[in-house]
Amino acid sequence: MTQDLLTIAGKSFSSRLFLGSAGYPNQQVFLDSLAASGAEVLTVSVRRADLTGYGEGLLDLVAGKVWLLPNTAGCATVKDAVLTAQLAREAMGTDWVKLELIGDRETLYPDVEQLLKAADTLVRDGFTVLPYCTDDPVVCQRLADVGCAAVMPLGAPIGTGLGILNPYNIELICSRSPVPVVLDAGIGTASDAALAMELGCDAVLLNTAVSRSTDPVRMAAAMRTGVEGGRLARLAGRIPKRTRAEASSPELGLIGG
Amino acid sequence: MTISDSPSKPPHSRPRVAIIGGGIVGLSIGWRLAAAGCAVDVFERAKAGQAASRAAAGMLAAGVEAEPGEQPLLPLCLESQRLWPDFAAELEAASGLEVGLRREGTMVVALTRDDLNILRSNYEFQRKLGLPLEWLTGAQAKEREPFLNPRVAAAVYSPNDGQVDNRKACGALVVALAKAGGRLHEGVEVTGVEVTNGRVAGVVLGDGLHQADVVVLAAGAWSRQMAGLPPASLPPVRPVKGQMLSVSMDPADPLLRHVVWGPKCYLVPRADGTLIVGATTEEKGFDASLTAGGVLALLEAAWRTLPGIEERPITEMWTGFRPGSRDDAPILGPALGVDGLVLATGHHRNGILLAPITADAIAGYVLAGQVDPRIAGFGADRFAPREAAA
Repeated sequence: MTQDLLTIAGKSFSSRLFLGSAGYPNQQVFLDSLAASGAEVLTVSVRRADLTGYGEGLLDLVAGKVWLLPNTAGCATVKDAVLTAQLAREAMGTDWVKLELIGDRETLYPDVEQLLKAADTLVRDGFTVLPYCTDDPVVCQRLADVGCAAVMPLGAPIGTGLGILNPYNIELICSRSPVPVVLDAGIGTASDAALAMELGCDAVLLNTAVSRSTDPVRMAAAMRTGVEGGRLARLAGRIPKRTRAEASSPELGLIGG
Repeated sequence: MTISDSPSKPPHSRPRVAIIGGGIVGLSIGWRLAAAGCAVDVFERAKAGQAASRAAAGMLAAGVEAEPGEQPLLPLCLESQRLWPDFAAELEAASGLEVGLRREGTMVVALTRDDLNILRSNYEFQRKLGLPLEWLTGAQAKEREPFLNPRVAAAVYSPNDGQVDNRKACGALVVALAKAGGRLHEGVEVTGVEVTNGRVAGVVLGDGLHQADVVVLAAGAWSRQMAGLPPASLPPVRPVKGQMLSVSMDPADPLLRHVVWGPKCYLVPRADGTLIVGATTEEKGFDASLTAGGVLALLEAAWRTLPGIEERPITEMWTGFRPGSRDDAPILGPALGVDGLVLATGHHRNGILLAPITADAIAGYVLAGQVDPRIAGFGADRFAPREAAA
């Protein structure tokens, strides 16, 4: 089988699972989960990461092992998000940013108006922008129009584990998006991740489903296989749905028939 | 470690011990070793017991704090919790000071349906570990703690958990150490460890070398800031910042009698009416600032759990640095690659809880050269093979 690479902004990855780095019981469980997930892209909150380079911080432990995707979690204004992205570029040495602009504390829903402005500003400033956004095909189109390298619609609100609440929208976004679609937020278990890939997503980003699982390392492995299974199924093509049964063994030519 | 073969072995039978760090861990080990007849010098760059040991809340809660991924730590925590009453009694007798040990149990409360689902899931996990926890209805929880938010949906009660006043315990340890003949050097910073032929020769101070047969590294979050040691001998410890605050209650009619965990905060009532609210968990290096967001999060969570705090005066706000190891478990026993160097660090949020077992096991190791089986799984070597494989 030929290699099925994911390419975003000219950078290719063989894993289609992006992992978040927050909320694990401890760093060792996180490192073991990261290894089990096979993820090559790791998203790190710029505001919550220790950027002092003390030697035992998370960034020190993963240095050289993953592609870092700094995120602007906790930012609520364009100014905030742009400054945070610039800080990440300086401190982490990457112009990639997962742009997160939260408009509401209870749902943690993205503030689309601010998001579009910030994305536009950062793209012009030379960033590779991957925005966390609502599962709205028009919003995703607008974000691609301003030059985002991918779009990251939510499956469900952050941390809820509710799965993909609107598979119709996600499929629609995937079918029309000119840039890769990374499903971000809402994943609760491996079948959710598989479904995202079956709907046509190019990758899945998740965090809480692994970090807060009773056995994070095992769940990380489950997510890896879930994403791989969903991707393979998407490529293979599901059969048309029928309303009546059809035996899988041929019925003609039976002995004595 | 082979003390008996040491070329620097002193004429007397007990080793000379230098302890780096005058927090609860260093003081406890020093007290035990001095009481056993060792010449003990504890070096503290500021004032003893004033860093993480002061910042801590002093919860002794191995039961409800057990969480997925940390099962290996549970037996150590339970054992140390079992040791605390005798440790406290001995310490109070030795120092003549009381340490505020309270064993009325602790509670975790849920307010919303989301909290309830998490509480139920944790409760089932902890019950499977064999912990003696009780499920309380909202009404039962409010019987125990009438000032809780009336919306409290349910609670988990852990009868064996409790608290100690960590600030008082450190004060008592300073006295007990001195009475046992140990020397505490405050305001004296150890900048490095002197190693000769693969063996410690002493600790480096501003004005020269202080010779010792054994060096115990108990410098908490600062444990990697030691010159003279090979990188592999340094414990993998980092600072994990926490912000906390306290309000005052009426000691005669306190808002709270048990240690209580609400969603996103914990509340620790002291006998004198102080109510401690903790704690944020932040990866910010040694940034010691109190932030608006940190304090806001604590106050909001505390107010949601215990609305009556609204009228109470804020008495103190502070930050501290938990010494976080890579797996949040302490690093106890001989260091890799340097004879005579002993590690007692990386206790993360469990420094107060684990002080008795740390003191007993590390003192026992220094005296007898045998690793106590209770700490056998917590050596520095557990990090080495993984690193090699990575």
